[in-house]
Amino acid sequence: MKSFFSTLVTDPASRGAESVAGDHSKASPSSPAILQTRLRRARLGLLVGLVGILMIFVSFSSAYVVRQGLPTLDPRSNTLVRDWFAPPLPKLLFLNTLVLLVSSATMGMARRQVARQVALGRTSVSSPHVAVDPAGTASWLVLTVVLGLSFLAGQLTVWRELAASGVYISTNPSSSFLYLLSATHGVHLLGGVFALLVACASWFLRRPIETRFVVLDVTGWYWHFMALLWVYILCLLEFAR
Amino acid sequence: MATGELAFHEAHAAPQSFIRKYVFSLDHKVIGLQYFFLALTAVFVGMLLSLLMRIHLIWPNVSLPLLGEIKPETYLSLLTMHGTIMVFFVLTTAPQGGFGNYFLPIQIGAADMAFPVLNMLSFWVTFLAFLALVAAFFVTGGPPLHGWTGYAPLSALQSAGPGQGAGADLWVVSIALFCLGALMSALNFITTTLDMRVKGMSLMRLPLTCWAWFITAILGLLAFGVLLAAGILLLLDRNVGTSFFVPLVVVNGQIVGHRGGSPLLWQHLFWFFGHPEVYIAILPAMGLCSQLVSVFSRKPIFGYKAMVYAMLSIGILGFMVWGHHMFMSGMSPYSAFAFSVMTMAIGVPSAIKTFNWLGTLWGGKIRFEPPMLFAIGFVSLFVTGGISGPFLAQPVLDIPLHETYFVIAHFHLIMGVASIFGIFAATYYWFPKMFGRMMNDSLAKWHFWISFVGTYAVFMPMHYYGMAAGLRRYSQSTEVAYMQGLLPLQKFITFAAFVTIAGQFIFLFNLFWSMKAGKKASDNPWEATTLEWTTATPPPHDNFGGITPVVHNGPYEYSVPGASRDYVMQTDPPMVAAGHKA
Repeated sequence: MKSFFSTLVTDPASRGAESVAGDHSKASPSSPAILQTRLRRARLGLLVGLVGILMIFVSFSSAYVVRQGLPTLDPRSNTLVRDWFAPPLPKLLFLNTLVLLVSSATMGMARRQVARQVALGRTSVSSPHVAVDPAGTASWLVLTVVLGLSFLAGQLTVWRELAASGVYISTNPSSSFLYLLSATHGVHLLGGVFALLVACASWFLRRPIETRFVVLDVTGWYWHFMALLWVYILCLLEFAR
Repeated sequence: MATGELAFHEAHAAPQSFIRKYVFSLDHKVIGLQYFFLALTAVFVGMLLSLLMRIHLIWPNVSLPLLGEIKPETYLSLLTMHGTIMVFFVLTTAPQGGFGNYFLPIQIGAADMAFPVLNMLSFWVTFLAFLALVAAFFVTGGPPLHGWTGYAPLSALQSAGPGQGAGADLWVVSIALFCLGALMSALNFITTTLDMRVKGMSLMRLPLTCWAWFITAILGLLAFGVLLAAGILLLLDRNVGTSFFVPLVVVNGQIVGHRGGSPLLWQHLFWFFGHPEVYIAILPAMGLCSQLVSVFSRKPIFGYKAMVYAMLSIGILGFMVWGHHMFMSGMSPYSAFAFSVMTMAIGVPSAIKTFNWLGTLWGGKIRFEPPMLFAIGFVSLFVTGGISGPFLAQPVLDIPLHETYFVIAHFHLIMGVASIFGIFAATYYWFPKMFGRMMNDSLAKWHFWISFVGTYAVFMPMHYYGMAAGLRRYSQSTEVAYMQGLLPLQKFITFAAFVTIAGQFIFLFNLFWSMKAGKKASDNPWEATTLEWTTATPPPHDNFGGITPVVHNGPYEYSVPGASRDYVMQTDPPMVAAGHKA
C-alpha cells in the first residue's frame, strides 16, 4: 500500500515535462522514468476511479441505514409498523467470501512476481538465488480468474437458493438491499475479471514486460479493493440487520 | 525525458481515416468540439421547449403545431424535458466537456488527456444518454411529468400519469448513462491536471480556468456517483417492485404494491448531487470570467490565491447545503437552521470572487471585445441572481416563496443564464484558436445586448410575479382568479423571451458563417499569456508541434513594468531577471 501511494506524491511541475500521451499509445519505452510515469498515471487514475465507485456504495449504505429505520403504515390496523425483516444470510455467502479473499492473495502473488521480474530486468542482475519463474505469474493470474469466476458463480447460487426459499428482491427491504448490493458488487467484479483477462492476454501475447506490469498492477489494486468492498458489504448485511 | 516524449508522440500520430479523425476520435480537441456541438443542439431543443411553455402561459387555448392544445400534463412534460436537457446536456456538457476538454490539456502543456480512450467513451456515453432522453418524446405516453428533480413517488410509479411509463424509464436510463459519462470524464480531468502539467506549471501557476475545471471534476466525481446510485434505486422501484422511495400510497383508488419507502430518501440523495451540480454548472464560468476580466483589463487578476481558495471553499460548502432545497419537507427547524447558516456562508467566497473581479476591472485599460462583454454580463447576472440566494436560504422566507416564480427567477439567473453567458464568452474568446478565424464583431455585440437586456427583461419580472404569489409549475394561471391580474406581467415576459430567443439566431449565424468566412485569426489575437496562445491556430494534433513548452511565469502577467510589451507569456524567460516576481 505504501508503494502505491509513494508513486503518486511527486509533483509533475518539478519532475520535468512528461506530457506523454495516454493509454492508446502503442509505444513501449522501457526507460525506468517512462515506466514510472505510466505507473503513476495509471494508479492515480485508478485511485480517482475508486473514489467514484466508493460514492455509489456510500449512497447505498446511507439508503440502507435510512430505510432500515423507517416504519410503514399497516392499512389493516392503521398503525405504524416495522417492515424490515432480515432472514439469516445463506452460509454459502461466507464460503464465497473466502474464495474472493484467496483470489486477492493469488492476485498479490502475480503482482509480486512481475514486479520482481521488472526490478531484475532494470538492474540486469541474474542471480541464481532469486528465483523468477515467468510462467509463475501467468499461473497466478489464471488462478485468480478462476477464483473470481467461482465467486461470481457462488453469488448466483446464493441468489437461486434465496429465490427457492421464496426470498425475492421485492420481498422485503432487507432482501432488496441484499440483491442490490451483491449485484452491484458483482458487476464491478466482472469488470475486474475483464481487466484480468486483458492482463492475461498481454501476458500471452508477450507484450513488453513494463506494459504487462502496469496492466497487472492496476488490475491487482482494483481486485484488492473489490475484495475489501465485499467484506464491508458482508459486514453491513450481517451486523447491521 | 526527451526520448520517451518522442516515442510517445510518434505513437500518437494523427489518424487519417474520417471515422477515427472526426467520429471515434481520441483527440481531446475533437472530443471537446463534439461535446460543444452536442450542447449546441441540446440548447436549441431546450429553448424551443421553453418557448412553447411561454406561449401556452399567455395563450392557454391556442393550438400549437404538432402538439395541438397543451394539456396540463403536456405542460409538465415540456417543463421536465426543458430542465433535464438544459441542466445536464447544456450547463454540464458545454463548459466542462466542451471547453474543458479542448483547453485543459493545452493550458497545462500536455499533448492529450491522461486516458484518451476513456475520454472518447465519456462523450459517446453522454451522446447515448441524450438520445435516450430525446427518445422519450416518441414513446407511448410521451416524456415524464416529474420535473428535472424526479421527485418520488410520482417518478417511481408507472401508473402515476401519462409519461410515467416508458418515458420515465428512458429518463432514468438517460440520467444513469449521463452519470457514467460524467464520472469517466471527471476521472480524466483530475488525473490530467494532477499528473500532466509541464515543467514549471506549478499548481499556483495554473490559469484559473484550469483550477475551475479541476474543482468541477472533483465535485462531479463525488456527486454523480450518488445520482447514479439513486437512479438505480429508482429504476428498481419502478420495474422490480422494491420500495426504496415509495410509501403505501393510493393511486386512482387503488393501493399500490409498495410500502415503507421514503420519498424523502430520494430528495436527500438527489439534492446531495443536485446542489453540487449547481456549482458544476457555474464554476467553469467563474474560472473563465476571471481569465477574461484579467486579459481584457490588461491587469493581473486581483487576488489569484484568494480566487483559488474561494472556488475550493464554494466546492466544499456546496456539499453541505443540500437540505436548503428541502425546507418544505417538514424537516426539523434545527436541521433547517444548520443548512440555512451553511448556505449563507457560501455568500462569503462568492463575494470574494465578485469583489476580486471588480478589483481587477478597477483602473484597468479595458478592451470591450465580445468575450469581455459577456464576462462583465456574467458578473452582473451572478450578482443579480446571487443576491436572492440569501433570501431563499432562510426557511422563513423560502417556505412562502418556494413554490413561486421567485425561485425560477433566482436559479435561472445564477445557474442558467450566468453559466450560458460563460459559454458565450468562452465561444467568442476561443473561437479564433479552435477554428482559425475571428467571429464577426458587430454581430457579436448585437447578440450581447439583445441577450443581456433580454434575459433581464425575462427574469427580473419573475421576482415580482413570485412575490405576488404567482405559482410555478401551473399550466393555466389564467384559471386562478388572483393570478389573472398578473397576466400582463406574464405577457411581458413572453414577449421578452421572443426577442431574446430571436437574438440567439444571430449567434448561430455568426458561429457558422465565421467558420467559413470570418477574418483569419493570428496565433494570439487577444494578446493573452496562457499556453494555448503560444501554439499554432488551430493547434496541431499533438498541441505544440513536437515541442514541449516550459513555463516560467504566472498566468496573469499584464502591464508588467519594464517588460517590452504589456504582457508576458507563461513561456517567456523568467521575470526574476528583470527584478519581478515570476
